[in-house]
Amino acid sequence: MENLDQLVQDGLAAVESADSLQALDQIRVEYLGKKGVITQQAKTLGKLSAEERPAAGQKINEAKGQVEQAINARRTDLERAAIEQKLASESIDVTLPGRGQDLGGLHPVTRTLQRIEQFFSRAGYTVEQGPEIEDDYHNFEALNIPGHHPARAMHDTFYFNPGTLLRTHTSPVQIRTMEAGKPPFRMICPGRVYRCDSDMTHTPMFHQVEGLLVEKDVSFADLKSTVEEFLRVFFERDLEVRFRPSYFPFTEPSAEVDIEWGREEDGSIKWLEVMGCGMVHPKVFEHCGIDAEEYRGFAFGLGVERLAMLRYGVNDLRMFFENDLRFLRQFR
Amino acid sequence: MKFSEQWLREWVNPANDTQALMDQITMAGLEVDGFEPVAGKFSGIVVGEVTSVSPHPDADKLRVCQVNDGSQTVQVVCGAPNVREGLKVPFAVVGAVLPGDFRIRKAKLRGQPSEGMLCSEAELGLSENHDGLMELPEDAPVGQELSDFLKLNDVTIDVDLTPNRSDCLSIKGIAREVGVLNSLVVEGPDIAPVEAVHSEVPEIAVRAPAGCPRYLGRILRNVDLSVESPLWMQEKLRRSGIRSIDAAVDVTNYVMLELGQPLHAFDRDEIEGGIVVRMAEPGEKLVLLDGQEVELTGDTLVIADHAKPIAIAGVMGGEHSGVSEKTRDLILEAAYFDPITLAGKARHYGLHTDASHRFERGVDYELARDAMERATALLMSIVGGEPGDIVEVVSKQDLPEDRTVDLREQRVADVLGLEIDRTTVEEILTRLGLHIDKLLKNGWRVHVPSFRPDISIEEDLIEEIGRIYGYNNLPVTEPTGSLGLRVQEEAVRPVSAIQNYFVACGYQEAITYSFVDPKVQGLVDPGREGIALANPISSDLSVMRTSLWSGLLKTVAHNQNRQQPRIRLFETGLRFVTQGDQIDQQPMLAGVVVGNQLPENWANGRRNADFFDVKGELESLFRLLGIDIQFLASQHPALHPGQTAELLRDGEHVGWLGTLHPQVQKKLELNGTILMFELFLNSIVSGYVPNFKDISKFPEVRRDLAIIIGSDVGFADVERVAKKHAGEYLTALRAFDVYEGESLGEGNRSLALSLFWQHPERTLNEEEVHSLFNGVIEALQEELGATLRS
Repeated sequence: MENLDQLVQDGLAAVESADSLQALDQIRVEYLGKKGVITQQAKTLGKLSAEERPAAGQKINEAKGQVEQAINARRTDLERAAIEQKLASESIDVTLPGRGQDLGGLHPVTRTLQRIEQFFSRAGYTVEQGPEIEDDYHNFEALNIPGHHPARAMHDTFYFNPGTLLRTHTSPVQIRTMEAGKPPFRMICPGRVYRCDSDMTHTPMFHQVEGLLVEKDVSFADLKSTVEEFLRVFFERDLEVRFRPSYFPFTEPSAEVDIEWGREEDGSIKWLEVMGCGMVHPKVFEHCGIDAEEYRGFAFGLGVERLAMLRYGVNDLRMFFENDLRFLRQFR
Repeated sequence: MKFSEQWLREWVNPANDTQALMDQITMAGLEVDGFEPVAGKFSGIVVGEVTSVSPHPDADKLRVCQVNDGSQTVQVVCGAPNVREGLKVPFAVVGAVLPGDFRIRKAKLRGQPSEGMLCSEAELGLSENHDGLMELPEDAPVGQELSDFLKLNDVTIDVDLTPNRSDCLSIKGIAREVGVLNSLVVEGPDIAPVEAVHSEVPEIAVRAPAGCPRYLGRILRNVDLSVESPLWMQEKLRRSGIRSIDAAVDVTNYVMLELGQPLHAFDRDEIEGGIVVRMAEPGEKLVLLDGQEVELTGDTLVIADHAKPIAIAGVMGGEHSGVSEKTRDLILEAAYFDPITLAGKARHYGLHTDASHRFERGVDYELARDAMERATALLMSIVGGEPGDIVEVVSKQDLPEDRTVDLREQRVADVLGLEIDRTTVEEILTRLGLHIDKLLKNGWRVHVPSFRPDISIEEDLIEEIGRIYGYNNLPVTEPTGSLGLRVQEEAVRPVSAIQNYFVACGYQEAITYSFVDPKVQGLVDPGREGIALANPISSDLSVMRTSLWSGLLKTVAHNQNRQQPRIRLFETGLRFVTQGDQIDQQPMLAGVVVGNQLPENWANGRRNADFFDVKGELESLFRLLGIDIQFLASQHPALHPGQTAELLRDGEHVGWLGTLHPQVQKKLELNGTILMFELFLNSIVSGYVPNFKDISKFPEVRRDLAIIIGSDVGFADVERVAKKHAGEYLTALRAFDVYEGESLGEGNRSLALSLFWQHPERTLNEEEVHSLFNGVIEALQEELGATLRS
């Protein structure tokens, strides 16, 4: 039995020096297998007396346990090392760019339109569309701009023939919506509009959003809150807004809306015009068959490129329609 | 309209400074566009007197002058042609600083010492005039600071008036507004009738009373037009943006600015017979004051004599009958012309004058007589002359109607969202010059004065009240009332979903002009004529697009010229086509792709996008939209004949996909293989709402086969035949390999297909599948001439 301690010592040394899972397995077989040297020690138990046997048996079991524990510990180490080695060989350069398609982007005008539409949709407005080739009636007459009206000079109109033109504003969609339905109305109309004008600050095509709300009881005060809320949400900050009396043939009272945009040298507010609005003119209601005594309404209109320029700091209107990828990619 | 602040303050002088005044009128609806000091920034300029002038010994064009600056007399060398003894001029003494920070020092000019400088208007920033020295009146006090003498502490204010506010096209009108805003009394000059000293009157016949309801004329004899208008008048005109011409023109302009009534002066000797106001004879010719000859159209109102037209009414006078230095007798005209008759006439002749601007917007129809009296008195004070009586021809029925408008107190509150007390309303109206004729039970009956043609309904008055009360003093309230929300169809996808899909596929959205170059369009859509604009901005933006490709291909060119080889663009928008005499405005979706399919990098390589890349992207789009689209080999004039697919939905045309025809591409000077598609948006946005079916618990069976088949047989045909014979439990059919090679023989290709079957309620047995599979193979052999590949 003195031999047993030696066997354990040898076994532990062998486990210690095993450098692979295979070698370790061999050692297990050699010491603990059916014919393993420690297992074989059990055969010597028969030669012992009944009193000695249990203690000797326990000793053998302890020896087995000792070696087995060492083998398991070593196996864990070797397995971990093997995994680590495998992982090390599988490592990649995660800083290389990924495979596959690049992302495109929406045009900044669309991006701006989507934000505007989102605001008004949340406020219960529908989004309406109308024709871009319009007739004189819907673009002018029905909006209280008869043929001789000086306001026509404010619209440099593209014509196809005397009665057919490219709409100069999205306001005709107001008329078409009111003609087609019954009040109340809450709608916006985003879209392309056209003016025969092209220079540093004008492009012959641009985008507007027209809004209209018609209810039994609505006032200029309601218009003010709608416009102020919209501008606050659009620019994501509280800003000073002022309503300046102005003139549009299809609204009365009419106002232009200025927002605070920086400060003058003397610290006073620098105002920037961003929208036009007003209460729907009774003549417009009349053209649409709506009783102006029963219903009132407000309308507003804004230039999308102008808002996009302010929002994103674009300094040249014409870039919107050059579609230069180096410009467009900045908005994705 | 431009005007001098000082002039305005002669009428009404609120305590606020220039900036506050401008803010105030801006916020009342008279938007100040800008302002400018009336002179450049200078110091050390005094009224000087030239006491002697002698030639320069060494220079022909220079003179040596002695100039009195009020405290001493100094020598100044001067080159101005109008320098002369006794002349009073602006004199920059040594140490003076002229605009542009130009300091005056002692100097020698060609050897002669010069201490100071005599100045022109241009050198003082008063005008562009640098023809000679600025001549000051004889009574100008020598030695006085020029800026005090000329009251140069003034600004020119430019108001951008809306077309309804013709009443503010004068000092009088703006003063009225300022008076209302500051609760101040407005005071103008006294206007009294000038007594006639002779009995000569012009003969006036108004044959077009609808266009000219009121015409006044007066003869002023023996005027001396060699006399210049006084400096104060010239200065007020200059500060209001009008150049001094001569006394007669200056006075008419002055009264127009002051009161708002355009006037005209004719040389009586050039008028044959009397004055006739009539419509022009078509083709009549007239040389205008600006020298251009116009051929008149029959809808033009003219002032004529018994032989010829002498002016386009309310727009511009004729050259022939205009006043000159030699004119001795004048006929002064003051009229009210009908705005509708005059609308657009000036523009028709390429003109826009101060008079036409006012008449088109509506002049006070009761103003002509006052203006005539004012002009007569001013003229007489400058050029002398003997006035006759005024002849007035008026057609009452053609004058604007005298209007009263009823205003309800409740309506004011309803529209503005605020109850404004009666006294405030009454005060605002009264100060605006509106007369309250009668107090009504629920409001007021308001008489509208002749100078406010823009007011005719209740809302006009409410706007006036809101405007003067201040829009920013009105409350802010949330709109109440709500609409039932409109149903949003789930099966119809919003365009934004399509836009976002293309963005995810690497496309950049473009927005191109709806009008395009007809030459480019002729190449991409040759069979169709775009609707042409009557007044295009340029020839390359002159017809409406019939395809979004025109704009997109131009965008490709723009970007290829800027070193962008990889371009993926899409656009949504209308195209415009004619169907008979109807115009169809159809929402389209189009795209172009050129360059690498994927951005070039270590993993993506650099494979060019091809037909199947774009087709795959469209197929995914159609799945997104829930629609089934067939691709049919077809022909399109702008597309490659072998790489063109027509897209159909339930047999109906919905668009095109293909490669740009190489010849078209060459003509457009584009590089690379360009793939393009264009679809009718309305035909594709509407799909279906999902409808759940039980998931089969039974296994799916797959069978593969490879066939050799003629290259002219499309996969779509193979698919159709296979599906017809594969039975109702076929769940999918895929082509997993396509191969063309010499070994297959010319005109053949090999197609490898997999077919999948699954029964919803049981396991399909081997025999069933085998028989269906064999059925498919036999059909492909019999119907399409396919052979099974071993």
